Formats: sequence, structure tokens, C-alpha cells
Amino acid sequence: MVLLQISEPGQSPEPHQRRRAVGIDLGTTNSLVATVRSGTPETLLDNEEQHLLPSVVHYDATGEVAVGRFAYARSSSDPLNTLVSVKRFMGRGVEDIKTLGSQLPYEMVASGSSDSNNASGMPYFKTVAGNISPVAASAEILRVLVERAELALDGALDGAVITVPAYFDEAQRQATKDAATLAGVKVLRLLNEPTAAAVAYGLDQGGEGVIAVYDLGGGTFDISILRLSHGVFEVLSTGGDSALGGDDFDRALAQWIAEQAGLNEDLGPYEQRQLLIEARKAKELLSEQVQVKISVAGWSGVLDRNQLNTLIDPLIDKTLRSCKRALRDAGLKSNDVANVVMVGGSTRTLRVREKVADEFGQEPLVNIDPDRVVAIGAAIQADVLVGNKPGDEMLLLDVIPLSLGIETMGGLMEKIIHRNTTIPVAKAQDFTTFKDGQTAMSIHVLQGERELISDCRSLARFELRGIPAMVAGAAKIRVSFQVDADGLLNVSAKELTSGIEAHIEVKPSYGLNDDDVTRMLKESYTHAREDMQLRALREQQVDADRMYEDLLAALNEDGRQLLNDDEYHCLEVALKDLDKIRQSENHREIARHIEMVSKTSEEFAARRMNASIQKALAGHSLDDVEKDV
Amino acid sequence: MDSTSNYFEIFGLPVSYQVDLSLLSERYRDMQREFHPDRYANKPAQEQRIAVQYAAVINQAFSQLQSPLLRAQYLLSLKNIEGQGDAQITRDPLLLMQQIELREKLADIAQANNAFSLLEEVAEAAESEYIALQKVFDQQYSESKFQEALETIAKMQFFSKLLVEVEQREHELDD
Repeated sequence: MVLLQISEPGQSPEPHQRRRAVGIDLGTTNSLVATVRSGTPETLLDNEEQHLLPSVVHYDATGEVAVGRFAYARSSSDPLNTLVSVKRFMGRGVEDIKTLGSQLPYEMVASGSSDSNNASGMPYFKTVAGNISPVAASAEILRVLVERAELALDGALDGAVITVPAYFDEAQRQATKDAATLAGVKVLRLLNEPTAAAVAYGLDQGGEGVIAVYDLGGGTFDISILRLSHGVFEVLSTGGDSALGGDDFDRALAQWIAEQAGLNEDLGPYEQRQLLIEARKAKELLSEQVQVKISVAGWSGVLDRNQLNTLIDPLIDKTLRSCKRALRDAGLKSNDVANVVMVGGSTRTLRVREKVADEFGQEPLVNIDPDRVVAIGAAIQADVLVGNKPGDEMLLLDVIPLSLGIETMGGLMEKIIHRNTTIPVAKAQDFTTFKDGQTAMSIHVLQGERELISDCRSLARFELRGIPAMVAGAAKIRVSFQVDADGLLNVSAKELTSGIEAHIEVKPSYGLNDDDVTRMLKESYTHAREDMQLRALREQQVDADRMYEDLLAALNEDGRQLLNDDEYHCLEVALKDLDKIRQSENHREIARHIEMVSKTSEEFAARRMNASIQKALAGHSLDDVEKDV
Repeated sequence: MDSTSNYFEIFGLPVSYQVDLSLLSERYRDMQREFHPDRYANKPAQEQRIAVQYAAVINQAFSQLQSPLLRAQYLLSLKNIEGQGDAQITRDPLLLMQQIELREKLADIAQANNAFSLLEEVAEAAESEYIALQKVFDQQYSESKFQEALETIAKMQFFSKLLVEVEQREHELDD
């Protein structure tokens, strides 16, 4: 046990020191943060004892940023500088925003620094504090939640699970990850909101079988069908609408009120916001009483439940059609569903519960607060991912919500990975050149279900150059797609006869390019409420500690079996160096060492993985023998 | 483990067309429990990378073995016999007739007012043919009649596609 001499007594990190991990529900209307303490998941309160942080960001001329209730209070008096429902704009282009509705009170401008692939550009909100991207506004919300968590957990976070609607496409996921990068949060995983809710309920009820999660938030609707079996949550299918939610109820209601009150179509931003606030109040009251009185702009009238139902039924019906489709995709009927779980504040609307109960032939579960259930599920997953529950059986097998493919001749989309495929996934397909002497091939990566590329979302374009000139059809170009466990895509292309390769990490057209991220990070330094250098150092130290612990444990466990003396000695020395450097104050030096140790131990890691496969396989053949007897 | 690994071996199952699907699912979950990237979230970056690759292979292997059609194709590919996909046309005249009939039925359905029950009829006919063909394939494969088995796959492909189309029609009718 030579290795044990490496660390000084009392200096070695506690082997089972709890790591600080949170789940964050970055919602359209409200956001929350939760963590697992003493084995129980709980949402964290702010200093006014509130769980919910309104997802509202207010900017003033001095550059001061306010988030939450204080910002929400400004939404009527200063609508142009108060950003609400920014989630609806995440990963969207200017063109998309136009189709989102003309009732937006904001002034939007196209991004100046968008990448060249992107014709329409990323939208920015024009505020007195300058142009603000949806990603930057989301980062402000995340920062507040992270601060709340760090205060409650008394230290820097080791990581967070951030939830996204299952229906979020590649661009929207990437934008969410960019926001986390900007806020300085380490993302353990992007988790689909319905999956998170299923985790919260699944573990709560200890139930097995098929779970349908109906998630109607402020701006998005998701339906997911999952199977829970021996602690494994397998997502069978997902569906939904990334631009449909309770806000649309409010809008339908506001429009009705405007008509009744004889208000002019072209209301100013202030009146519009006022109307929406009144509409939402009325909607919420109708969950408790049969009718409400409404007064706006000198008009007053009465709204009852029947009238509300008439206004919102078409919207609810739209969600039920998605439910049918998701069930069909999963190869199931509604009576196969053991439990229906309700998520999202908009499921408080009684009519929604009624119609969902009708559709599935059973009362949906509502015993966990629909506003908090997603954050709670995310916290449970974060606790597992960060390594606080070794040996835990829980595992989530998620799927991609939309098909991925490339453009082929004639403007058609050729699907390479179909929607509802379990991730991670890697698929390759071969293509060829169509002209004699063709030396380059343009690869256009798309997402969507339709055949025509104009109906799909364009994710990225890249070129494979240097193909040796051959007759048409002779070159063999293999395009490989890899989707990781966050649902994010990598694409590479290789000409097989020559070995020429091109590779792209798909930065969707509407995400931020690296320059944007760097620029925005710089900007945020000036606003920084804490020393970023210190944070970087702390993060590197955490990484170095983790690597040190892991490698030490691995070497002790099976270093002698899997390595020869030279290799073993080499790793030992690298580990000793890492131990010395991890206590220094130089975060770049630590990062360099982490990288070095990582390279040195790569082969060892591969051998360990292979050894565990052998073990897993050996287990199987034993089973087989027993079964055959 | 990589994309060239034998999918049956990955799950410790005998190489055969007959697969115990519940055992396959169980083994699949066991393997994912071992190698899913979530299990390595906390581990060094290179182990995470390897885990993503392994989990992708496991997913691919599972979906290939789970589907009766893909499993048949995979078994023949292990014998280095690959069909030309859709170009493989069956020469069985009876089956051709049946195909034309079912396609016509499907085409007429859009106008019919009992569309759902007609669709159900087509689906049932296609389903029972599909299952019968699986038995035929199993027989041919176990007798090493691989060329004939390849033709059976072409027929299976037709019915599997038809079933997908029926589903899409149902889809459209619902909306």
C-alpha cells in the first residue's frame, strides 16, 4: 500500500464527504432550486421564506439588475425594461419570435454578432441597460438561485441538474447550457422536466409500471410516457408544444376582457400588461370560486367558469391530442397507464384536471405541489449524479424528442436518428458525391419530423473538404451523429477511402457562439458580486480533489492487477504531483495538471471499464448455466 | 465494446432468432445500470467519454435485437449476408397480389366514413402476416437457408412498413 503514503495524515479528503448538488427548475413563470438534505429532497427558501422566484428580470439605466418579485413589481410600470417569460425566447431566432405572437411588449433587435450560418440572427431585448439576450437574462435568474443555494448549503456548489421541457430542441437546450455557463454553474445534466416529475413521484409512491406526466407550465406543454421498473425510469415517448401554456389561457382571457370592455386593439405596453395581470388573477380565482368580478379601464363585468372553459377548451384539447400521439408512439393505450402525474402551475386550473381525468379514465395525481415537483425530482437526480448515493439503483433512460438528420438532394431531410430513440446514441450513415471530381461536400444538420428541409429546424452547416477527385458515386462519406446524455449533438464526417475528416460540435444557429459567451462572461465580470478568480480556483480544486480521490481509489482497487510496474509507477508519480499542486493557488496550473493526469490515466480507465464488462458478462453466463440446469 | 461487438454477447444471450424479450430487457437495464454516463458523472472525463460510447452501443444493440425485423437483418449480417434493402423484390405472386390489395384498401380509406375500423382491418391482416413471416424466418435461419431467409426479410419489411403507414393514417384521422 505504497500509495497511502502520498497524502499527509489528516490532509486526505474525507472519502464520503457530501457534495453540494442542486436541482434547478428554470421555469417560464417561476424558477426554483431544491436539494437533498438528510435524505429528503426539499425546495430552498429565500430570505422572505418563498420557494418561487418569479422568472422576471428588470434592468435599469445604471446597469443594476433585479430578479424575482422586485422585478415583477416593475412589470406594469416599466414593461420595456422588465423581461418576463424569457424562456420562450431561448434558442429562438428573430423569425420564430414573430410567429410567437405580435402581442409582445418588447422591442427586439437581431444580434449583430450572430454566426454566418444564421440568416435571421438571435433576438436581443432592447432595454435601457443595452441589448440583452434571452441567455443573459436566464443567467441572471440562475445566479440568484445559485446564491440562494450556496447560502443554504454553506459553500460552493459542486454541480446542478437543470431541467428543460422534454420538447426543447437542440438549440433551446444549448441556450440553457450557455446560460448556466454564463452564470458559472457546473451542469451535471440537463434533465427533461416530466422525467424529473416522474422521479419525484416514482420514488414517493414506490410504484412500478407506466407513468404519464402531463406538464402544463406558463409557456410550454410536455407529455411524457415512462416505464418505471426496478428503479430504472425508461422514457418511452415524449411530445408536446414548446409554445403553449397557461400564458395562452391568460391571453385568451385578456382578449375576451378587451372585447367586452370595448378596448381598442392597439393598446400600449402598459395597458397590455395590466390586462394580462387582471386576466391571470381572474383565472386563478376561478379555481376556487364559481365566478369573479373584473374591473379594468372603467369597465366592470363578471366572468364565470363556463365562460372561462369555453375560452380555454380549444387550448386544452390541443394538449390532449399530443397525449394521444405520445401514447401511440409508446405503443400503449390509455388504460395501460398506471398513474397520471400533474406538473406545472397551469394544472391548477380545474378544467385542465377534469379533461385530463376524462382522457385517461382516472384521477391524476396532484399530491406533490405541481410548482415544486420538477425541482424536487431534479434535486434527487443531482444527488445521485454528484455521487452522494453510491450504490443507488436509480437510473434515468431518456430519449431525444425530435429526429435528427441531414439535408440530401432535392431539399429533403434524411433522418439519421429517429425521435424517441434512447440516449446516448451514436449512428452513422454513408453518403456519396453526385458530381465527377467533386472535392467538397456541404453537410447541413437538421432537426424535425417533416420531409422538406424548409419545415425542419436548421442546426448547423459544415463542410468536408479535400475529398480526392473521383467519379460521381465513388467517394464514400460516412456521417456520424452522436447524442450525449444531455441530448446534445456532435456530428462528424469522414471520407472513407482517403480518411479526410471534418467535425463539428453542433452549436445551433440560434445559440450563442463562443465569442458571444466570452464577451458576455467579460461583461458579467464587471457586474460580478464575487471574485470570479476565486471561484475558478475553487472549481479547479474541487475537480483536482475529485480526480485525486477517484484515481487513488482506482489504483488501490485494481491498479496492481491491470497495470505493469512501469505503468503503475508512472501513475503514482502523476498522482503525487497532482496532490502537491492541488493545494496551490494557481488555478491554471491545477487545470494543466488535471489534464495531464487525465491523459496519463486514460489507458488505465479503459482497462478498468473493460474489466467491468468482463465481470458483467461473466455474471450473465453464470445465470445462463443456472437457467439451463 | 464497440459497434462491431456481437450484440447477443453484449447481453449474454445465445445467437438465435428466438429471444426472450423480458430477459433481454432485464439484461439491458443491468448493462445500462453499469455503463450509463450518469454512473460516471462524477468520474474523470475520459471515463465519461467511454461511458457515452458504451451506453450508445448498448442502446443500439438493444433496439436491434428487440425488433423482429432488425434482429433478422442483424443475424444475416453476422453471416455476411446483407440484402439490398428495398431493391429486394419478392417473386412470390400470391404475396404480390396481397400487397396490392392491402395498399388499395389503405388508399381508399381516407374517403370512407368507417375509416377507423377499416384501418383496424388492414392492421390486423398485416400484423398476422408479419408474425407468420417471423416463424418462417426462424425456420429458414435455423436450417441455414440464408438466401431464402433474405427474401423472407424483404416480405417482413413490406408488412412492417405497412403497419407504420396504418399508424400514420390513424394519426392524421385523429388530428
